[in-house]
Amino acid sequence: MTELPETPSQTAGPFVHIGLTPGAARTGLLDLGTAIAAEGVPGTRIRIAGTILDGTGTPLRDALVEAWHADAQGRYPPDAADGFRGWGRAACDPESGEWVFDTIKPGAVGDQAPHVALWIVARGINQGLHTRLYFEDEDNSSDPVLNLIEQPVRRDSLIARRTDEAYRLTIRLQGDGETVFFDP
Amino acid sequence: MTFRPRDPARHPPALAPAYKTSVTRSPRLPLLSLDPGPTERTGPVFRPDDLGQMDADLLSNYGEAAPIGERILIHGRVLDGNGRPVPHTLVEVWQANASGRYRHVRDGYVGALDPDFGGCGRCLTGEDGTYAFRTVKPGAYPWRNTRNDWRPAHIHFSVFGTAFLQRLVTQCYFEGDPLIARCPIAQSIGDPVAVDALVANLDMGQTRPFDMIAYRFDIVLRGRRATWFET
Ligand SMILES: [Fe+3]
Repeated sequence: MTELPETPSQTAGPFVHIGLTPGAARTGLLDLGTAIAAEGVPGTRIRIAGTILDGTGTPLRDALVEAWHADAQGRYPPDAADGFRGWGRAACDPESGEWVFDTIKPGAVGDQAPHVALWIVARGINQGLHTRLYFEDEDNSSDPVLNLIEQPVRRDSLIARRTDEAYRLTIRLQGDGETVFFDP
Repeated sequence: MTFRPRDPARHPPALAPAYKTSVTRSPRLPLLSLDPGPTERTGPVFRPDDLGQMDADLLSNYGEAAPIGERILIHGRVLDGNGRPVPHTLVEVWQANASGRYRHVRDGYVGALDPDFGGCGRCLTGEDGTYAFRTVKPGAYPWRNTRNDWRPAHIHFSVFGTAFLQRLVTQCYFEGDPLIARCPIAQSIGDPVAVDALVANLDMGQTRPFDMIAYRFDIVLRGRRATWFET
């Protein structure tokens, strides 16, 4: 079988919004990824939100985040509930750096606890970063991916805290409490 | 069915100090290798009705008149690492105009904005993995890194594939541009053969006489590894 080498990655640069959130950037096209789960899709409506901090603790204000998760029964499209796209895209707020997704809470995926895959691109990030968000009010103790993380203290970097309005996760690109990123 | 691991030598490292912004934005701990599960092996599905009719035509999807600049057709195929076409996948592009200026609130370059150019396009690949965009050739532009760094002309590409682990953002450069060899972002990829894979080549065969010069840029996503159970 032919083996072709993968096309190299390059940074999304500072103006990723032009192409990937063209509605917000007003470059003529409509945004994709604005509705992860249409109205009426079974499941608990939740908001997940957070910030991404650089090595100095400063929030990234120019990053773009994508979310990919299963429906309430743990199924991915095309086998998921009608109206469930599973995929969302959000630009960080240009002032606060906050990213936000409104969706439904995913179910467990096989033996994996409910989770949301997150993928981050930005200026200064040479390869899109894969990480995950888990929920603090779920039983994550036997999740095989969290248990791959050798140092238990680092598992916390993937667990979103429940607040009144959202599950919140701070992603740290480097330094104290550096988030676990995956090479899937 | 599983995927071949990513070859780090094909990609820029997270920390590439000549590209200064990468210094504070690069993870310092190793990435955790993960056997792809359902979350990584599946990916979003896009449909033709997600897109607008003119989305792939940057010559007409923003303004009333034709934009200023060298008219080009940028086209190619999206393949997987096994050489198979990736059909119906979303390809998105964004770029500066012919002056090297982006339509973005934070681009303060003196190059002129073009009232007829938005700089954004997207399409789904065909059954055979092909994609094509009509646009103008972007201009080079300066950026704050050292005091005198200029980006080679480039178009930013985003591609999905069928699995979330294939997700790729990259940039396509143009054959013959002397700025490629001087660009800290392009050269953050250590392997010159890999840098060359980001260069679109003049394609006289697809040039539209008296209309547009064609450039070809093929994109390869991560491939599957055949297992004993696959025929
Ligand atoms: Fe650029």
